[in-house]
Order: sequence, then structure tokens, then C-alpha cells
Amino acid sequence: MINYIWAALIVIGFVVGAINGNIQEVTDAAIENAETAVNIALGLIGVMTLWLGIMKVAEDAGLVQKLANLIKPITTRLFPDVPADHPAMGAIIMNFAANILGLGNAATPLGLKAMQELQKLNDKKDTATDAMVMFLAINTSSLTVIPATTIGILSAAGGTNPTNIIGPTLIATTTSTVVAIIAAKMLEKMPRYRIEYENMKNK
Amino acid sequence: MFIEILDAISRYSIPVVFVGIVAYGLIKKVKVYEAFTEGAKEGFNTAVRIIPFLVAMLVAIGVFRASGAMDLLTKALSPITSVLGIPSETLPMAFMRPLSGGGAQGVMTEIINTHGPDSLIGRTVAVMMGSTETTFYVLAVYYGSVAIKKTRHALPAGLLADLAGLLTAIYISKIFFG
Repeated sequence: MINYIWAALIVIGFVVGAINGNIQEVTDAAIENAETAVNIALGLIGVMTLWLGIMKVAEDAGLVQKLANLIKPITTRLFPDVPADHPAMGAIIMNFAANILGLGNAATPLGLKAMQELQKLNDKKDTATDAMVMFLAINTSSLTVIPATTIGILSAAGGTNPTNIIGPTLIATTTSTVVAIIAAKMLEKMPRYRIEYENMKNK
Repeated sequence: MFIEILDAISRYSIPVVFVGIVAYGLIKKVKVYEAFTEGAKEGFNTAVRIIPFLVAMLVAIGVFRASGAMDLLTKALSPITSVLGIPSETLPMAFMRPLSGGGAQGVMTEIINTHGPDSLIGRTVAVMMGSTETTFYVLAVYYGSVAIKKTRHALPAGLLADLAGLLTAIYISKIFFG
């Protein structure tokens, strides 16, 4: 699916650009965005390093494990293939916590740490596991409780009561998260998406 | 008043987390400096590993946005979506949200400034912004960091979640603010 969507975005983009007569802008956008992508990645180096360091301190102190134990009943159901005491679980929970608190800077580094830990449990290194897809689906559905930036933008535009979007936002994002979890669970068993473990011993 | 509390929370949450973790580490007799540098050394490689995935994704999205294809899509779909009770003004936001976080924020700001921050449309797009995350960016970065190429059902699951979140945002805003 990702191959088709990616190709569609590029082909449609250039064709429509040619028809609309703004092919130069489209080409410029391609080159500009390539640069932006590299800048985003390089910009991550600092926060990435910082949060991975803090995470390691929390891990060594046993704090991550404590947190993991606290919500074990939920996480073992969401990620049945991940052992409850595996470091992946700790990183997943730290990522969720950062997302809920709205610490955008911390959420990505902690999420990438979780992906690295999940990759250690993966037999096919180029293929996502069920746990990875579940983790990503939840992350793509947004867990943020208070949309602080949006409230700021409404307020700056002269909104009289910008915080009244919190309730509706919470309802909408809870719906998207619930749908993400159900979709990930249902789709993982479909023949199209199932992992075939013909040569694997443990499944 | 409430905004000031929110402000304080966002200003103090990171310091509290930092101090809390380091202090807890000290109590538990962790060699905090050594642990920090040990954990931190993976930061560089992880960030660099994302580059090809992020370039592929952002270039495709940039090309699509710059071409004006988004307007065509909005125009083509607005007869259908208006039957479903979706205001056509919110369509650009619905299409942009899964593709680009910065793009969606731009679209939202523009719509809020055009229709007013207290209008139904303005509030609807604000709720849409927080209803879901930037699916394509999350997939590119997270999978890229561990070089996963076969993404399986992550994209359909993510897009279904986007659809559910965005539709709920539109309908719930009507109930709350309509």
C-alpha cells in the first residue's frame, strides 16, 4: 500500500503541476523538502541524544520497570508478543507518557528507542511485527490530552474561549485511538498482512 | 486563568521529568553521568538512519502539495462530502492532517484567520488538528529508524484511525459549537 500511495503522490503531483503550469514550483518543492527532511533528521540528533541518555538513567534506576508494571494489564493485551519485563515495554510506556503529557520533543526519541527494542524481538528484520504495527497505529492516532499549540493559535487569533476545544478534541482523539487499536488487531490476521513464518522455528 | 495553568504545565513538565529522574537515579545509587552518556551514544546513528525514509516521504508530500492537486481533490470530493454533512471548508484540513503536521497547522491557522477563531468552521479545524497524528511522518520516522521496509498493515490502520478521528472531530464540533 505504501508503495502505491508514495508513487501516486509523486506522479499526480508532477502531472497536475504540468497541467496547472506550475511545474517549476513543484520541482522546487521536491528539492526544498529533501533539504527539510535532512534538517529535521539532523535537528533530532540533539534531543535524541538527550532523551536516550535520560531514558538510560531512568532504566538503570528501575523507574522504567516500575512504570511498566503499573500499566501491565493493558500493555500485555496490546502487545501479547512482547514479554512484560522486556525493555521494549518500558520504552513504549515512556513514549505513551510523553505523548499524553504533550512532550513532543521527548515522544519521538522514546518512540524510536521502543522501535529498536522491538526490533530485537523481530525474526524478519525488514518486516514489521504485530507489536510494531500496534505501537505505530496508536502513535499515528495521537494520544495528546491537551492540544496546547492549537489553543495558543486560537488565542492569538483573538478567540474568546479557546480552551473549550479540549473536550471535543479528547473525544475525537480517543475515537481515533480506539479505531487504531481495533484496526491493528483485526488487520494483523488478514491473509494480505499476516507474516508467513514458514522457515521460523518459534511460531 | 486556565491558559496560564496550561502554560505553567508545559513550561515545568520537562524540568520536573529531568530533575525527577536524575534525583531518583542518585537515590538508587546509579552512576548517573555514566549511565547518561552510555544511553546517549546511540542518538546520532538513530537520527541519521531516518534520513532516506524522511526524504522519500517529505518529497512526495511536497510535490503533491505544491502542484495544487489538493484543490482538485477537494473540489472533486465536495459533492460527496456535503451529503455526509462535512463542511467543504474543512476538507483541505482533512487531507492535510495525515500527510504533514506543519502543513496541517498552516491550513488550520489560515482557516481560523479567515473564518474567525469563534466560528464553527474555525473551531472544527482546531479540533481536527488534535484528533489524530501525522500518520505518514510517524511511519517514515519510526520504521526508518530500524530500517523496516515491509510496513504491513500499519498504513491502513493509521489511515482508518485518521478517518475516524477527523469525522468524529467534525460531527462532535457541530454538537458542541453548532
